Amino acid sequence: MEILFYIAAAVTVLATLRVITHVHAVHALLYLVVALIALSLIFYLLGAQFAAALEIIIYGGAIMVLFIFVVMLLGPLAVEQERTWFSLSAWVGPSILALVLLGEVGYLIASGDHPTMAVAEPREKAISIALYGPYIIGVELASMLLLPGLIGAYHLGRRLSSEARSC
Amino acid sequence: MLSTPALVLAIILFGLGLIGLLSRRNILYMLLSLEIMLNAAALAFIAGGARWGQVDGEIMFLFILTLAAAEVSVALGIVLQLSHRFRTLDADAFCEMKG
Repeated sequence: MEILFYIAAAVTVLATLRVITHVHAVHALLYLVVALIALSLIFYLLGAQFAAALEIIIYGGAIMVLFIFVVMLLGPLAVEQERTWFSLSAWVGPSILALVLLGEVGYLIASGDHPTMAVAEPREKAISIALYGPYIIGVELASMLLLPGLIGAYHLGRRLSSEARSC
Repeated sequence: MLSTPALVLAIILFGLGLIGLLSRRNILYMLLSLEIMLNAAALAFIAGGARWGQVDGEIMFLFILTLAAAEVSVALGIVLQLSHRFRTLDADAFCEMKG
């Protein structure tokens, strides 16, 4: 269990280093996705399987897809640029790091030594009860944060498209 | 226990994000560095929750996730606006707003 944690931690730090040093935005995003997946494995090893699933679904899925859409919207997609994105060196680094993580997950499944098996009651139940018990103010505040976020994103995106149409 | 190495990893990740935020001038990379720092804070909360066997760490992770989603949607809209107006993503070029 310990060695799995250290391998995942090394993958996270390496991928994060590549994120902050890379010059290609899409490559940096690929490395950031790998770092998030490694972090999700670390959450699982710490016994927080619900947080691990959310990390992959919302961070690795939704937020990174938003980033990739914006990167695609920013620059004109020249053929030459497209060719450099599909080069071998673009995906070989993230693939190696992701293969390391895949090996760890395979080992976890094969060994049957799950860190969360020992808990009798599912943690999700306790999380839900606490979320709608003592943390109800936080839930309300989160909803009050998300609504201005939605309106703000709509407003910023809408003015861009109307200006682009006028000029 | 894995909590102490997890906290050390959170410190390292937060430092890397802070270095990225301070050293990069491209506003998109600054946003990515912010995401890394938010993730490091979330890892610290999860490690604390695992150390004490409580669910509060995961609840704070949920709130951090909500915050990150709202922040990213607004910030990416601003990035699109800035690149549309200034034709660049250089953070030093957005110095029109004095004061």
